[in-house]
Amino acid sequence: MSTTDIRPLILILCLLSIDTGCARKSASAAGPAPTAFGAALVESSGGKQIGATGSVLPQPLVVQVNDDQGNAVPGASVSFHGPSGVTFDPSAGVTDSSGQFSTNVTLGEMAGRYQLVASTTNKAQKKVELKVDEIALDYQRRWGQLLDEKYCARCHNPESTPERVSNLDNLEVKPHAFTEGETLNKMSDADLMSIISHGGPALNRSPLMPPYGYTLTKSEMQALIAYIRMMGDPPYQAPGMVYAQK
Amino acid sequence: MQPPNSNPTTWWQKLFGDPLRAFGVVSALLLALLAIAPAKNHFSEWRHYQKGYLRLIRTRGEAITLQRHFRPGIQQIWHPELGVTDRCTSCHVGLKEASLTDVSVQPYRKHPAIPHNVEQFGCVMCHRGQGAATTVEEAHSSTLAWEQPILPARYIESGCGQCHRAGLESTPQLNLGRALLGRYGCVQCHTIKVADGTTMQATQDAPSLSHIADKTTREWIFAWLKDPQAYAASATMPNFKLKDEDIRDISAFLIANSTAISGDNIAPIAQKASDPAAGASLYGESFCASCHAVQNAAGNLVGGNVGPELTRIGTKAKPEWLRAWVRNPRVYDPKTEMPHYRFTDQQVATMEGFLLAKSDPDLLANVHLDPATPEQISHGKSLVMEYGCASCHEISGIKKPENFAPDLSHIGNKSVSQLIFLTGMPHTLPDYIAGKIRQPRAFAPGLKMPQYTFTGAQIDSLTTALLAQNDRAQNLPPSVTVPSPPASHYRPAGKAGQIMADLACFSCHAINGRGGDMAPDLTWEGSSVQRKWLEDFFRNPGTLRPALIRRMPKFNLSNEEITTLSDYIMTVYQTPDFDRDSLSESGYPATQVEQGRQLFYSKYACQSCHIVDVKADKGYIGPTLTGVGSRLTGAWVYHWLKNPQALRPGTVEPNRNMSDDDARALTAFLMAQKGSSKKEAKR
Repeated sequence: MSTTDIRPLILILCLLSIDTGCARKSASAAGPAPTAFGAALVESSGGKQIGATGSVLPQPLVVQVNDDQGNAVPGASVSFHGPSGVTFDPSAGVTDSSGQFSTNVTLGEMAGRYQLVASTTNKAQKKVELKVDEIALDYQRRWGQLLDEKYCARCHNPESTPERVSNLDNLEVKPHAFTEGETLNKMSDADLMSIISHGGPALNRSPLMPPYGYTLTKSEMQALIAYIRMMGDPPYQAPGMVYAQK
Repeated sequence: MQPPNSNPTTWWQKLFGDPLRAFGVVSALLLALLAIAPAKNHFSEWRHYQKGYLRLIRTRGEAITLQRHFRPGIQQIWHPELGVTDRCTSCHVGLKEASLTDVSVQPYRKHPAIPHNVEQFGCVMCHRGQGAATTVEEAHSSTLAWEQPILPARYIESGCGQCHRAGLESTPQLNLGRALLGRYGCVQCHTIKVADGTTMQATQDAPSLSHIADKTTREWIFAWLKDPQAYAASATMPNFKLKDEDIRDISAFLIANSTAISGDNIAPIAQKASDPAAGASLYGESFCASCHAVQNAAGNLVGGNVGPELTRIGTKAKPEWLRAWVRNPRVYDPKTEMPHYRFTDQQVATMEGFLLAKSDPDLLANVHLDPATPEQISHGKSLVMEYGCASCHEISGIKKPENFAPDLSHIGNKSVSQLIFLTGMPHTLPDYIAGKIRQPRAFAPGLKMPQYTFTGAQIDSLTTALLAQNDRAQNLPPSVTVPSPPASHYRPAGKAGQIMADLACFSCHAINGRGGDMAPDLTWEGSSVQRKWLEDFFRNPGTLRPALIRRMPKFNLSNEEITTLSDYIMTVYQTPDFDRDSLSESGYPATQVEQGRQLFYSKYACQSCHIVDVKADKGYIGPTLTGVGSRLTGAWVYHWLKNPQALRPGTVEPNRNMSDDDARALTAFLMAQKGSSKKEAKR
């Protein structure tokens, strides 16, 4: 008799737990079986690209599996992994007749550097990995990229194209490329803001860098700084907060 | 004796026995049922996430600030006029916390910096999804009740396009998508109404086919229709995937339907054989490549995309037509964007020879057409009507069809239940739109939309632009929308206007809001330059910028034309903001000139972008200033130095917030640069 008393309660509790519980989906990707094994993975193309957050990178990422003599290995397995939000199409497979495997990368929805890992297994069934960096820009940093193209790149980017001949070599004091992490990472955001808005002399640097404070708005300059921070190599680390010790 | 009514086998007595116990069980059941609602509330997802947030911030240095900002309970952003009831911030608690930039887990990430405040427009305006939902599944995914899932981030700029009807500098993807809709003729077949009541217009007119027999052969039309990209990789025309006999009949109809224009075919010009290199150099110095692309040996396209690609033009154009076209394109097409170059006969012959040599015999090698029969011609006409060729091309005797393809004004919120997907395709609207652009014919047999050769990025851009075409955008209150500036239909009047139309000045230059952006805006040119310089420039245009490969072509203008144009420009294109003659062009005191030189080289370091002394200065960005004193007016130089963006919005030269004295001294220095710049530059 006593067991029948609690039966409805158990039923209700069961219903509740089903209602509030959450189901997790799990996915597993299995590539085709490899027919050969390599010893090393190298990047053929598609690394260090810049794309918008959540977008497909303009060029596919192509990696090549080599044996220990450095010859391409067709039929070796390759799989890709990345931080959460990154998807690969396809995410795994075997290398083609030229030993290469190509995948389209969709970046995650958060701005930043994405370290993608390509891996293959060697004869000893051990994993061989290759790390490739890609950069995702959010709205503000893409805006910064456009402003850089228009106002900064002509002096700060040493590379010339027929449409945009670099002015860097014409300058007596060479501007820093935005990839020069060693130099730019030492400057604070306030320093960058001040040199952009007041020109080189604001930080005792060359007057060849003109002031843009009356041309660009504050949010435009902030967008530029956010973009510059993303380009640095080695990557820029925002200074952590300094807390008082207990 | 037992009571007659006390039957111990009543169902509830069987179950519970004692009535008191029955009462107890029923009460417990009732209590438990009553507990469901508070329990569900207690275990709700948003509470779970809010607790998670509090755990996350507890260990951070700025915990106290963050805790102070935190509001427990369901949060809501409510804008009835925008149709926004967003409870997203109930779980996305850290959205506005500037210090959470290092947090990468959702739902606690800080929102990336955008020009709008989250409270101002809410979330679903840009991200879609269900704002009023309070569970993860309902808010983000497409469920049975909701069809509007979260928009993937790659299309996020469509949100901007709902309010911003014109392009924004910071939304390149949306701008590209809208430009492609206009350029690739999408809007010729599909009506796309913008919320301000206007309809998107094509930005490039496909060539008229009414006189095509003057220009090319039926064989070329056959090869082109078979695969336009085989003739020119950059062709705008899509592939209609027609059967060979249909192409045969369409080409037969187009040739039969074509009427001749007098003067667009001319006999060979007897000229002495020119130097073989002369063609290439004439092509180069006429700056044909500013508008036309040619594939180079490496297979890359080099040149602009204003005019058609010329890689295989010799296979397409009839020599007698090409000759007449090079001499004066306006005879064949009065509306063409190509300037009338006023070439000499020798130049026409040289250019003709150079272009005809750009041929590819393989293209027409397998095209053998028998003479057309009347049945073929009439079948060709019906095919031309069936495929809507006249939507883009003018074809005499055939009217432009109306509502030829579905209206796309509201495509951005089309219900998923109304769409038919391909197998294996994700069932979302963006995937549907992108899929339709990628392979339009795959969706059903008998569809007429042609196959384009868009890249993945172009398809994403087009999808973004189309997603902005939705009910929400059409019904926004005017207070939040940013209308596009009215399109300018400016046309200069009189004789000068005729010359400017003939020279197609507006293909490159903009004046009063109309025209191209390849060359400087000329709206205030009359206040800017000195008349003598302008006349010399018409006679012999040179480039002002050392690193620029393009410059204005030489049009062989007559003295009379130069006078007419200069009169008009100097009189009409003046800024109302200052008097051109308010500062003199020479005669500044030497001390002021010297002061200006000091300012130029030290304080303002202008030499980083400009060249005054060809031997010492190297600046490659701005125009060379060696002869600026003979080119610009003093007043223009002074006002430009004071605020360049006021005279030409968007110009790169920074505003230096210069004092009047500095600007005057620099003007004196610059106006003293009368230089023989041409000789120097040539050297």
